[in-house]
Amino acid sequence: MCGICGCGSTEPKQAHQFVLSHGHHHHQHDHDEPDTGRMVKIEQELLGKNNAYAMQNRAYFKEHNIFVLNLVSSPGAGKTTLLVETIKALKDRIPIAVIEGDQQTEHDADRIRATGTPAVQINTGRACHLDAHGIGHAVMDLGVQDNSLLAIENVGNLVCPSSFDLGEAHKVVVLSVTEGDDKPLKYPDMFHAADLMLINKTDLLPYVDFDIERCIDYARRVNPDIQIIRLSSTKGENFLAWTDWLLAQMQALA
Amino acid sequence: MHELSLLENVREILESHAQSQNFAKVTRVTLEIGKLSCVEPEALRFGFDVVMKGSLADGAELVITEASGIGRCRQCGRQSVIETLYDPCAACGCPYMDVVQGAEMKIKDLIVI
Repeated sequence: MCGICGCGSTEPKQAHQFVLSHGHHHHQHDHDEPDTGRMVKIEQELLGKNNAYAMQNRAYFKEHNIFVLNLVSSPGAGKTTLLVETIKALKDRIPIAVIEGDQQTEHDADRIRATGTPAVQINTGRACHLDAHGIGHAVMDLGVQDNSLLAIENVGNLVCPSSFDLGEAHKVVVLSVTEGDDKPLKYPDMFHAADLMLINKTDLLPYVDFDIERCIDYARRVNPDIQIIRLSSTKGENFLAWTDWLLAQMQALA
Repeated sequence: MHELSLLENVREILESHAQSQNFAKVTRVTLEIGKLSCVEPEALRFGFDVVMKGSLADGAELVITEASGIGRCRQCGRQSVIETLYDPCAACGCPYMDVVQGAEMKIKDLIVI
């Protein structure tokens, strides 16, 4: 068991670098209801603990110059294929590591490892999202190199992962044209939280009823600042725009 | 169901305050949930009793106050109430709004004995 954070994991000792230092809580007392109990003001964020771990992760990533992306989408939008092709395109230029999140199986991590890239799989079990604490441990397990790209593939789910900051530089939402073009309105939280939307599988546009301009309009309504790249991971269409974006962001941060 | 994770956080926060605030039982928990947060109050109510069972808030009442969503228009700069992240400006109809209020998910206060 992790002795400081008490998380029940058996990770190596370095993992403790990630344990958050507990901040001070501020309280006020009201004693206006003595007969039925007293009121205690709390005013604490429900996600405060996750956010504290995320801040700690972010500080670690900054110190080690690790550029971190949190990839989110519904299941089947093509995140793993996108990652495999990204690794093929960039692995000779930058060190890359991957954290895979799924409820069950090692399938996705196996696909990444087949490219020769280190990957660790987090099985979330009943949980529908990755959290910042688990990411801290996974980073230590992986031994992510300094000056590298760390891609986190979140659990396929357009709802829950939007609330959980992992310490990433950017959330990237992947939407494939085989889904509805109104997904940004149906699942606005995720598109609101993302910095970049990748519209994937554009090679299939002739076969599906997907209005790409409408999709972009909807995404901008929930997030006027969202950046958008259309591409096909499997056919390579416009893939350079994505890897160029990635390298430019890495450079800007370095 | 990230509402369950959030409720587990609620329980942990209560427990972390029990000693310093000197209480052994919580009879009421008040949460403030913003209209634009991605939390469904009904799902919180549904899971609350289950998650609090056996804790010091076992049997406690859950009160959820909803903070309304407010957006600021990128075009005219005016603020208006918004129900969703994609509502246009009520004053000029511009579709591009920045969220000013409504994303919060907080424990406000407790009644303790």
